Amino acid sequence: MDNDTNPLLSIRNLKTYFEMDEGTAQAVDGISFDVYSGQVVGVVGESGCGKSVTIKSVLQIVQKPGRIVGGEIIWRVQQADGQEKLIDLAQLDAQGKKMRSIRGSEIALIPQEPMAAFSPVHTVGSQIIEAIRLHTAVSKKEAKRIAIERLHEVGMPSPEQRMDAYSWELSGGLRQRAMIAMALSCNPRLLIADEPTTAIDVTTQAQVLNLLRKLQQEHNMSIIFITHDLGVIAQVADYVVVMYLGRIVESGPVDDIFHNPQHPYTMALLESIPTVHSASKEFLPTIEGSIPHPFNRPAGCPFYPRCRSFIPGTCDTQTPSLQPVNEKQSVNCFLHHQTAVEKQN
Amino acid sequence: MLQYIVKRLLLLPFLLVIFSIFAFIIIQAPPGDFVTSYIADLAASGSSVDQAQIDALRERYGLDQPMHIQYLKWMGRIVTGDLGFSLDWRKPIKELIAERLMLTVLLGLFTFVFTWLLAIPIGIISAVKQYSFLDYFFSVFNYFGVATPTFMTALILMWLAFSVFGVSITGLFSPEFVDAPWSMARAEDLLRHIWLPMIILGLDGTARLARIMRANLLDELNKPYVEMARAKGMSEWKLVIKYPVRLSLNPLVSTIGWYLPLIFSGSVIVATVLNLPTIGPMLLRSLTNQDMFLAGTIVMIYLFLAVIGTLISDILLAWLDPRIRMG
Repeated sequence: MDNDTNPLLSIRNLKTYFEMDEGTAQAVDGISFDVYSGQVVGVVGESGCGKSVTIKSVLQIVQKPGRIVGGEIIWRVQQADGQEKLIDLAQLDAQGKKMRSIRGSEIALIPQEPMAAFSPVHTVGSQIIEAIRLHTAVSKKEAKRIAIERLHEVGMPSPEQRMDAYSWELSGGLRQRAMIAMALSCNPRLLIADEPTTAIDVTTQAQVLNLLRKLQQEHNMSIIFITHDLGVIAQVADYVVVMYLGRIVESGPVDDIFHNPQHPYTMALLESIPTVHSASKEFLPTIEGSIPHPFNRPAGCPFYPRCRSFIPGTCDTQTPSLQPVNEKQSVNCFLHHQTAVEKQN
Repeated sequence: MLQYIVKRLLLLPFLLVIFSIFAFIIIQAPPGDFVTSYIADLAASGSSVDQAQIDALRERYGLDQPMHIQYLKWMGRIVTGDLGFSLDWRKPIKELIAERLMLTVLLGLFTFVFTWLLAIPIGIISAVKQYSFLDYFFSVFNYFGVATPTFMTALILMWLAFSVFGVSITGLFSPEFVDAPWSMARAEDLLRHIWLPMIILGLDGTARLARIMRANLLDELNKPYVEMARAKGMSEWKLVIKYPVRLSLNPLVSTIGWYLPLIFSGSVIVATVLNLPTIGPMLLRSLTNQDMFLAGTIVMIYLFLAVIGTLISDILLAWLDPRIRMG
């Protein structure tokens, strides 16, 4: 078994659409990326670019009327006899036994708002115990012991007492730690963190990020880390996927993305981050315009109306695809590869 | 929790005193008193009354004294357990209302259980399967339930029962049991009659409650904790019942308080139509005849029930929701 060559999770041409009376929103429109064992994949993009829908598709918890309409989500399972098996999660019944046995145990979620993600009328402990007992046949007492151990592991002070606390009695940072403890409770192989630091303040953010990094190394987990914060990505990710309007515009190792961005969107994003070297009292560069409405997606490359390298006659008529530009990076842009028309000639 | 209950219980007597003052004022508010309407009755039947007799009557019932003295005397008797004498029925009030009160509470409880057992599942199904056939079906059913006055339902069902089955379904007892002392046979007879008023009174409440439950649950179903429970791998129905249903019940529990007296007063018309031996029609008659002690007693019982109902729902809510218990 070679962890480096076989991805743990392969998303291939995933399409998740929301069919509504007003039209179809193509929230995720044919994206592909891999997550390898022990790797942290950061997914960045503006609000509404389809980051959250992507990971909800992986977990099969997309809310109606959203639906996976195409593509594959290949999950590599290790069976008891040491053999490996590939399962296409997209084909499983979302509420079926098989999917539920993977959800929460092999693939766990850390949600965006730890405050709202715990039930306010159940104790934190009971909700962690519930997660453990859903996937492992242990007694209540044993589950409680595991839960306390997990809380201890995520740095919860006096975990025994916190078991009986309600989520609204905890501070933001502790709440997110409790959430992480719950996600870890069944030793997942893949952790999906959906903007886990958005709802907490900056100092606590750093603690939570360090904790996630530490746990990831100790458990040799993979993490898909969703955020709109490039600073956070630089801190935690090994590999970066940049999304725009339901598509991947660029992907590559974190160092290459930050030091050698290829797509105009990635470049523009990076330029709009203030650095310690930037001149003070000067406006930061911004990306002109705003994301088009999903019902009103422009023809051709979805980014062309805001792109400064827009090629008239090409970008607004044909749709580019994600193609490698060097050994490490892939870019979805006509600046880097031929159009279909050129190929025919 | 215990401290919370004790605190609420200590408040109870104060509330009741305030309510009793209001009850007394309201009952005294219409011009004239029982003697006035008594004289009017006599005059209507042709006999005349002289002034001395009127004064004697007034004095006997203490109606010639100022209002606050009357109130204090009335309260003094109530506290010692003497509910007074019905001027109209010429019987002690306690004797008069004991059985009616019991039957009213019984009918209320039956209706309450029926309403909740029907409305909560309907609300849950309508919300979880929003915009499905069942949801629309229940919506139509609910609108009929809300829009049809209960006495109308009562009349229709009575007519149906009479024209189709040839049975008269008024009252809570068969004729031979109306005045009979309590026995197993009488209790059985009661159960055979009580279901119809229970359904008539319950349908209206069911429709309302199911709509509220549906709306509450729809709000909760999109909360992140539901998604989180799903992401944990719980099965859909199990998580819906355990989390969002539990939370959407909380606002309903707090309405039990005013539901209790509502059953009482809401059933007046239905009870009149169906000729039920409950307390509603008696209140109506006592008010038209200005039978002040009887009306006062019944209104006090209503208020007492409202207070008790609120207390029960507050305790239930505190027990269900830790945010209230500890906040």
